[in-house]
Parts: sequence; structure tokens; C-alpha cells
Amino acid sequence: MKKLFLIGLMLISYAAFSQTEGYKIGDVVKDFSLKNINNKNLSLADFKDAKGFIIVFTCNTCPVAKAYQERVAELNVDYASKGYPVIAINPNDAEAVPDESFEKMQALAKEKNFLFPYLLDPDHIVTKQFGASRTPHVFVLNKTDKGNIVEYIGAIDNDPEVENAGRTNYVKNAISDLSAGKKPVIASTKAIGCGIKWKKG
Amino acid sequence: MSYQASSQVRMITLNDLDKRMAGGKDTTYVINFWATWCSPCVAELPNFEKLRVENAKKPVKVILISLDFKSKLQKEVIPFIKTNKIKAEVFLLNEPDQQQYIERIDKKWTGAIPATLFVNHKNRRFYEKEFTYPELKETLLNFK
Repeated sequence: MKKLFLIGLMLISYAAFSQTEGYKIGDVVKDFSLKNINNKNLSLADFKDAKGFIIVFTCNTCPVAKAYQERVAELNVDYASKGYPVIAINPNDAEAVPDESFEKMQALAKEKNFLFPYLLDPDHIVTKQFGASRTPHVFVLNKTDKGNIVEYIGAIDNDPEVENAGRTNYVKNAISDLSAGKKPVIASTKAIGCGIKWKKG
Repeated sequence: MSYQASSQVRMITLNDLDKRMAGGKDTTYVINFWATWCSPCVAELPNFEKLRVENAKKPVKVILISLDFKSKLQKEVIPFIKTNKIKAEVFLLNEPDQQQYIERIDKKWTGAIPATLFVNHKNRRFYEKEFTYPELKETLLNFK
């Protein structure tokens, strides 16, 4: 019995681990083609002039993701023109959570006037490649001759409730380091977020 | 400071929590980190209630620490605790810097919830996972 339990525990921890595997700092990102809210597919290669990307796994329903919506929009306003556009990807399964449907994504983008793409990842393929585990979960990429390299993984800042006077803006700092030709001083951070709602079965 | 169980939910800092545990002598604390918006967390809360009831006469203390936003304390967390008739002690974590508190609770924690900490004066084990009741019971039993 005890042995069975241990095997069970190992299986559980393996399952948890397999979900958090994914790109590490320095890895080259494989390009993808996902449907945007305008019904057209989008790839990283479509951004010919980009110097890099701010990939944000986010969604319609998570309170933490919602708290960061405006800050994600600001990142796009501040950095798209500097060559680092925001690409938002919804990793959640709409069958698991109906409010995560493509139509609800379109409605949210319209309501909040998203000026950045908001892509659907229906089979979690890209989500798993990145190893995104929660929303919001950010990956900052830097475009090089070798491809798009992951340079930062983690939170947008350390202040979800906008209450911390000593806020550290991790994504902004990472991009300013990259723009100066340096590696981000802080390349990975942790944050509380909503677990991804995986497809059942 | 008084800590009697009620449907009250108070704010707690990690320093307060550490003080609380330091005064616990032979008590084993089972500390679950959850939030009202986290569906797997909500799903496993009855297992923690059951663990609390079944160990009521033992030196075992179940504490639920909500990571909901502080602004949601009155509107969401307290009503949730009342509606779901949760009798365990519930606190809302009062720490401004996630990066700092996540590391301080456990270096291996990615920040995903549910997560549960088993701690007594000799030992400390952290689990970033969901617990079924049999798993929870077994983990407590094997925790010395």
C-alpha cells in the first residue's frame, strides 16, 4: 500500500514537472502560428522589424491576469515602437472554462481596446513548448542571428496589487538591459498566478 | 494576540506566522496556500477540513492562508469562508513583495497554488501540488 502510494506520488510529481518543463533562459524559441482575435494566424516571423518580443501568457478570467491587463497594454505602448511588441497568448482550454472561449477573447480585446495580438493556443502546444504554468507568465525574447532567444521568464513586476512603493519592473528592466546590449540582470522571477486550465482527458 | 477559530479572516505577515509556529512546541502545522479564484485549491479545501476534524485531539493545526488580493478580503474571502462553512483558521497573507515571500516560504516554490507546507519544530516540508484526502493523511502520518 505504502509502495503504491509512493509510486502515486512519483507519478503526480512527474505530471507536475512535465507541465513546468519548457524553455530555459538562452533557449531558441521555435516559431508558431496561432489564430489571433482577428481570425488571422500570426507567427513571430511576421514581425520583420522586431528586435524581440514580450510574450505574455494571459487569459480572460484570472484575477491576477486581469490586475495586470493595463500594465500589459502599457508595455505594448511603451515597447512595440522600440521593437519589442507584446504578444498575448491565452493558454486556457475553453471547454474547461467556457469564459476562456475565442469569442470571449474577442469581446475582452474589444472592450479593453487591446492594441496587441491576443492568440488562442487551443491544444496547449505553444504553452507547453514555453513551459508556461500560470497566467500571467511572461517570456521576453531577443531576436538574434540564431533566432529568438529567451532572455527573461517570470512576472511583469513584484507588485500585483499596485501597493508596493519599491516596485521592481522586471520586464521593463529586462528590455532596457537588452536594448543596451546586455543580458538582463534579473533573468527569472516567481509569482503567484492562476494555474493553466488544461484540456481534460 | 488571540487566534480562536471563527469565520473571521485576519491578515498575517510571515513574521507573525513564524512567531506563531515558534510558540507551537510539539504542534505540527499544516499550512495550505490557496485563493478563492484558484479552482483546484477550492476543490481540495474539504480535504483540509477533514484533516482538521480527524486530528482535532492531536497536536496538529491546520491553517489556510489565502493569497487573494487584500482588497478582496471583505467582499470575497470572508463570504467564501462563511458560505463554505470552513472552520479552520483562515488568514490572508499580508506581504507586499511576492518575489520575497515566495522564496521565503520555500526556495523551490514556483508560485503555483495550491501549495502546502508541513512544519514542526524539527522539520519542514513543502509541496507544490494538490492533495487528495488519503495523500494528505499519509503525508501527515509520515511527517515526524
